[in-house]
Amino acid sequence: MITLGHYLALAAVLFCLSVAGIFINRKNVIVLLMCIELMLLSVNINFVAFSRFLGDVDGQIFVFFILTVAAAEAAIGLAILVTLFRNRRTINVAELDSLKG
Amino acid sequence: MIQMNILLVIALAPLVGSIVAGLFGKQVGRAGAHWVTILGVAVSCALSLHVLWQFLSQGAAPFNENIYTFFQVGGYSAHVGFMVDKLTAMMMVVVTFVSLLVHVYTIGYMEEDPGYQRFFSYISLFTFSMLMLVMSNNFLQLFFGWEAVGLVSYLLIGFWYKRPTAIFANLKAFLVNRVGDFGFLLGIAGVLAWIGTLDYATAFTHAANADLNATFTLWSGKIGFGGWSYDVLSGPVQVEVISFICICLFIGAMGKSAQVPLHVWLPDSMEGPTPISALIHAATMVTAGIFMVARMSPLFEQSEAALAFVLFIGATTAFFTGLIGIIQNDIKRVVAYSTLSQLGYMTVALGVSAYSAAVFHLMTHAFFKALLFLAAGSVIIGMHHEQDMRKMGGLRKYMPITYWTSLIGTLALVGTPFLSGFYSKDTIIEAAAHNAHANGGFVAQYGYWAVLAGVFVTSFYSFRLLYLTFHGKERFREAAHDGHHGDAHHDAHGDDHGHGHHGPVEPHESPWVVTVPLILLAIPSIFIGYFTVGPMLGGDFFRGAIEVLPQHDAMLAWAEEFKGPVAFALHGMTMPAFWLAFGGFALATFIYLFKPSVADRAAKLFALPIRILENKYGFDDLWIKGFAGGGIKLGKFSWKKADAGLIDGLLVNGSATLVDRVAGIVRQLQTGRLYNYAFAMILGLIVLLAVLVKVVGA
Repeated sequence: MITLGHYLALAAVLFCLSVAGIFINRKNVIVLLMCIELMLLSVNINFVAFSRFLGDVDGQIFVFFILTVAAAEAAIGLAILVTLFRNRRTINVAELDSLKG
Repeated sequence: MIQMNILLVIALAPLVGSIVAGLFGKQVGRAGAHWVTILGVAVSCALSLHVLWQFLSQGAAPFNENIYTFFQVGGYSAHVGFMVDKLTAMMMVVVTFVSLLVHVYTIGYMEEDPGYQRFFSYISLFTFSMLMLVMSNNFLQLFFGWEAVGLVSYLLIGFWYKRPTAIFANLKAFLVNRVGDFGFLLGIAGVLAWIGTLDYATAFTHAANADLNATFTLWSGKIGFGGWSYDVLSGPVQVEVISFICICLFIGAMGKSAQVPLHVWLPDSMEGPTPISALIHAATMVTAGIFMVARMSPLFEQSEAALAFVLFIGATTAFFTGLIGIIQNDIKRVVAYSTLSQLGYMTVALGVSAYSAAVFHLMTHAFFKALLFLAAGSVIIGMHHEQDMRKMGGLRKYMPITYWTSLIGTLALVGTPFLSGFYSKDTIIEAAAHNAHANGGFVAQYGYWAVLAGVFVTSFYSFRLLYLTFHGKERFREAAHDGHHGDAHHDAHGDDHGHGHHGPVEPHESPWVVTVPLILLAIPSIFIGYFTVGPMLGGDFFRGAIEVLPQHDAMLAWAEEFKGPVAFALHGMTMPAFWLAFGGFALATFIYLFKPSVADRAAKLFALPIRILENKYGFDDLWIKGFAGGGIKLGKFSWKKADAGLIDGLLVNGSATLVDRVAGIVRQLQTGRLYNYAFAMILGLIVLLAVLVKVVGA
């Protein structure tokens, strides 16, 4: 029997994976973007699980919004990435430190 | 009945002259400038004589009225007013008379000077200021006159403003006088705080009836800041109000009348033209302090401490500055030190409550000292602006009028019986002797012995001056023009100097505008003492103007002994003062007339004391290196350490540096790497959640 707990655990594991991916990853900005997407998806799992558990569809509607925003975000993110690569000739995260004080 | 309009004209006529000569000097020209100022002062002088005559022959009542209200603040109103009694009238006559003669003399002395109109404007302005000072009926106007004469003195000492020494001297005079004036101002503030008004008459009445043991807290004995305080002394410092006020006022007099240790400016003031040395730095302005104390006699009489202080300062000045006069070689400086010493005599007289004797000596001194200065000026003209006595000698032949008038001035100064200086100086010595006898304290004894010994010193330096200048070998040809005398002074005169400057100097007698004032001053120098000693000191000339308590009976005792001027002179010849003066004369005659080699041997023998005298007892060093130098050091310390170091370095730049350092450390956290930021965000989120759970969940 799969309970709410299983879904939440899965979501939590995914979330943690994506967080770890954000700050352990030192190589590639694309991985970074993927991790952000993964983070949003894990949240979506939570929404869907709670929606089913509580018998309320509002959560599933939220998920659609989030998916839309995530798609737009991914498009913008990739566009920035392309521009970045054109300017810097690299997408290595460790080298992108122009914010350094 | 003294009319106010007459008094107004007396005070304002010189001011009008000064304004015309000063502001319209170009328009009126040189002759116009001296005519208008001489006219102004002559009118003043004539009317002053008229006022004195009204007192003497008509027995006019003293005049005391406010003329104009300057301002009103709360309960206090500042007035311009005149108080004219016999003391004032006498001062007015002395001031305007000497001033008039100096004006005339200046025509000759400043003949070639480009600043002719400016000079006349200044001396007329001085006459106005001095009249405002003596005629005042309140302390504020007195202070106005006091500062105004100080200002004119400053302007005139620095008259030849291209000479660095003159600039130094006038700055010195101004600054030293500020020290005295600070005390004076404190004294005036004390009067205002104690009595609530600055009006003379009210103040004097109040002082006569007030509780004289009244004290006030000068200092609480603690130093503290905010809530913190530390007891330096076990209790507060209490001082007698009356003594505090009198001593403060007298500190003002010490500055103006050049008493030790504030005397240092007077010898240097000789950088100014000789006519003003005679008018301001001998006859009138420097006696303002003496006049002021005499005027304040109702206050000073109430304070034994102040009188003792006055006596001590006066005695020190009288004797020790006279000694310096012995070793000076500049003819004007000898006379300047003589002036200091004579001012000391007047101050001694004030200190022993013989105010009338002080004022009497002030008057006789004004005549014979102005005479001596103007004679010295005449010598300087004759020698083509050479002031060193070592380069003179034998001038008697060339300048007979100057010689004879100088001789009269000298004889009057040293106290030759029947001449004016004798009566005034002998009276002071007798008053000091009486005081020493009656009081017997150290200060009283010191005062007596100082003035007595001063007589010998006075006589010695006076005859030394006379012999070096007018007698002996003619040394001016040896000191052919080596460019020495053409110092800055000469530059100030410009190239239009009328005398030929080639070859040795041939001294010549001065023009009549110079010699006539000498003769006119010589007459009172001889006779004025003889004719006025009886009424002024023996009689009740000063009754109402000068208050003396019955226990201070020096002058009363003197008046009882007094049996007319002839008897007084004959009696004086049996007194030590006369023989000391004679001793000084004999010694000077022996050394400088017969055996000049003795002087050199004495100089070797007394090398150490002479060096002390040449250093003027170190007072100049004390003020210039000690106070002025200390002030500069303090300023440098404040600038370098406090301002540049503490405020700029530590507070202003220091806080910026601190921010910079801290930021330098903190910015290491700002790596610019996204994953570090993400880590910080997560960490922050966890901490926030933990707090939320802990706080809200509980």
